[in-house]
Amino acid sequence: MTQEEVRQVVVDIIADIAPDEDLKNLKDDIALREQLELDSMDFLDIVMELRKKYKIEVPPEDYPKLATLGSCVQYLSPKLVN
Amino acid sequence: MNNINNRSRVVITGVGIASPNGNNLPEFRNAILNGISGIELKEIRYMGKWPAGICKFDEYKYQSKKARRRGTRAGAISIYCANEAIVDSKLPWAAVDKSRLGVYLGITEHGNVETENEIFELHQNNLNVDFWSHHHNPRTVANNPAGEVTLNLGITGPHYTLGAACAAGNVGLINACQMLQLGEIDFALAGGVSESTNTFGIFAAFKAQGALAFHEMPSLASRPLDITRNGIVISEGGAILTLERLEDAIKRNAKIYGEIVGYHINSDSTDFVLPNAQRQMDCIMKAISMAKISVNDIDIISLHATGTESGDIIECEAVGTLFNTSNKVNINGMKDLIGHTMGASGALELAGNLPSFTDGLVHPFTNIKELEQKCIIKGLVINGPIKREVNYILNNSFGMLGINSTLIVKKY
Repeated sequence: MTQEEVRQVVVDIIADIAPDEDLKNLKDDIALREQLELDSMDFLDIVMELRKKYKIEVPPEDYPKLATLGSCVQYLSPKLVN
Repeated sequence: MNNINNRSRVVITGVGIASPNGNNLPEFRNAILNGISGIELKEIRYMGKWPAGICKFDEYKYQSKKARRRGTRAGAISIYCANEAIVDSKLPWAAVDKSRLGVYLGITEHGNVETENEIFELHQNNLNVDFWSHHHNPRTVANNPAGEVTLNLGITGPHYTLGAACAAGNVGLINACQMLQLGEIDFALAGGVSESTNTFGIFAAFKAQGALAFHEMPSLASRPLDITRNGIVISEGGAILTLERLEDAIKRNAKIYGEIVGYHINSDSTDFVLPNAQRQMDCIMKAISMAKISVNDIDIISLHATGTESGDIIECEAVGTLFNTSNKVNINGMKDLIGHTMGASGALELAGNLPSFTDGLVHPFTNIKELEQKCIIKGLVINGPIKREVNYILNNSFGMLGINSTLIVKKY
């Protein structure tokens, strides 16, 4: 996957989890929780969706790497090889 | 013996409805007066299509998509009904002390739907519990439907559900009434809710018991008191009423639907599922005694009548015995049009009868073509609505494990 495709994977998951939010203007370098109403249960949803849809396991020590869209792309790109 | 005259008087000042045949009280009332059924065929997991009552209200009228995704159907029904009731009550919401507001919702069961869904998902994922949702516990705790209401409305007073099988709708109202009389709260959102149509287990269990109704035409599947009845039609639904002390309602010039003047809850102590006529009679008489009236004062009896063989016969034995001397009582039931809304049924069926105080109509049973011999009792309303004056409504709701509840509302 290209970085842009990986970014879209994350944005699509967030769109399911936070369906009331407008995701068009998300900034890649600002924490998702500062831009959206997301709490710890929502982040667990992101982890669960990655597991269900892409068979990616994110261990708890890596959760901080999902803080921004940019860090998500960086962390997930090697794992999303297709 | 309780004497309600020594307690604060409690009145109903708002109604929020989610019924298979109506999304608010005027729609619902029109449907039950005109024989409009809310029963359709629904695909039940592992079981094929069965008659069921599904509500059509807009889940997002008062709730965000995100909150709905995180919560439960019972929560969504509760949020809708609670908001509708508050709007109807015209309570000045911004000025209300939210810590003095209690939420008391009756449930037949809660958590079956969510647990079945998780187990289904588990089997899609080779029984790997890593796929079990972190939302499972907040969705299945027994207080979930009432708790979702407090989250949605910013209520900081008490909230809980009351597990009382199919007597739960009445029990929610009775509990709220008691809390108002104790002075624990100033305003209550109370009634009952059910999401049971989304659990195959309840359908399968009633089927195994020989008590799950079927008819090729869904609208004819639920036929309480009819000789050809063959069981219960399971429905979802909700009814939440706003209750407050009479003096508070008068002070704010609220519309008053009626006054709760008598109630009682008791237990059969005889069987897990079979009802008990004597205990039902005891329950009814204690509610009447609390209201300081006699059987001859009751104008409408809303039967629990679910359409099971023994349930209908035993209730008719109880009611027939007690009201045989009454020359004015009319007896109706609503499950032929809406099915059995389980935890909601007591509150929903009471709510559907409340307009009788003002429109002077008693809604009928709709699906009785040939009356069961053992259900022939004086006062049954069968061939269309009856026009008459109504001052007292007596509402019966009974449930498994032998729980009986009776609530009496007086015209104000």
